[in-house]
Amino acid sequence: MANSHSHDSGSHGTHKSYMIGFILSIILTAIPFGLVMYPTLSKAATLGIVLVFAIIQVLVHLVYFLHLDRSAAQRDNVVAFVFSALVIVLLVGLSLWIMFSIHTVMMAH
Amino acid sequence: MSNIVLNAGTAHGHDHGHDDHEHHDSGPMTVLGFWIYLMTDCILFASLFATYAVLSGNFAGGPSGHDIFELPYVLGETACLLLSSITYGFAMLALHKGNKGGVLGWLFITFLFGLGFIGMEVNEFHKLIVEGFGPSRSGFLSGYFSLVGTHGLHVTSGLIWMAVMMYQVSKKGITPTNTTRLSCLSMFWHFLDVVWICVFTVVYLMGVL
Repeated sequence: MANSHSHDSGSHGTHKSYMIGFILSIILTAIPFGLVMYPTLSKAATLGIVLVFAIIQVLVHLVYFLHLDRSAAQRDNVVAFVFSALVIVLLVGLSLWIMFSIHTVMMAH
Repeated sequence: MSNIVLNAGTAHGHDHGHDDHEHHDSGPMTVLGFWIYLMTDCILFASLFATYAVLSGNFAGGPSGHDIFELPYVLGETACLLLSSITYGFAMLALHKGNKGGVLGWLFITFLFGLGFIGMEVNEFHKLIVEGFGPSRSGFLSGYFSLVGTHGLHVTSGLIWMAVMMYQVSKKGITPTNTTRLSCLSMFWHFLDVVWICVFTVVYLMGVL
């Protein structure tokens, strides 16, 4: 990401960057799919790999398809995204924590 | 922030050189505003994911994900959406080269892939409901239909928007206004692919695991 040129309408990728993103996405989809379809590892290991690959693929899409980067033109978009990511982590994480705690406490009695 | 304002101010001077009767200088601002809308949409999906995660173990004697999900079929849906993402990317590249025919061609191919995805999803839902595994069968299925159905509705809206854009580009060509609209649709479409990655992983892969 060494491009320092700025366009009016923000950054918008090249043929090469789209192809890199596409090929990475295929790899990052195929490996978890293969591991679930034809189980070779333990359940916990498969689950870990599936989750990590999904997170990497989301980042690949953000960088290669949605063109988020560290350039000045993208700063507001990145700030909005980071804030949303924080809200999402709190929303999903705390909801699950509360609901599964309730579940455990109810089961205990 | 100052950068956006600066761009908005100078965009008029060296924009793509097409004469357009509507002198909108607000392109970058519109794109940023649309991005912020997408972030709120993200939060909507996050709520649905949280709901699904809480309900995903409540089968009420009904089927589990392992019983009803056909992974190869879902891989087909994923392929449709991923291919439509890259073809939309090519439409945007054609747009920035000023190639109107290229834009229309790639948009049409993207539309077909998106339509293929929706067709497959409707067929999947139909099969489940016919078998008696509709959203009212169990908490798991309520969560599943809400989450995947909301994503499907978004893709359907995207398809309608894309059809409208194909008409506008064919009528008016590559104007600054159309460029802004296509940039927003581009973000919307790629965003839906990102949401699908999460659906594919959390609902289908983890459901079968």
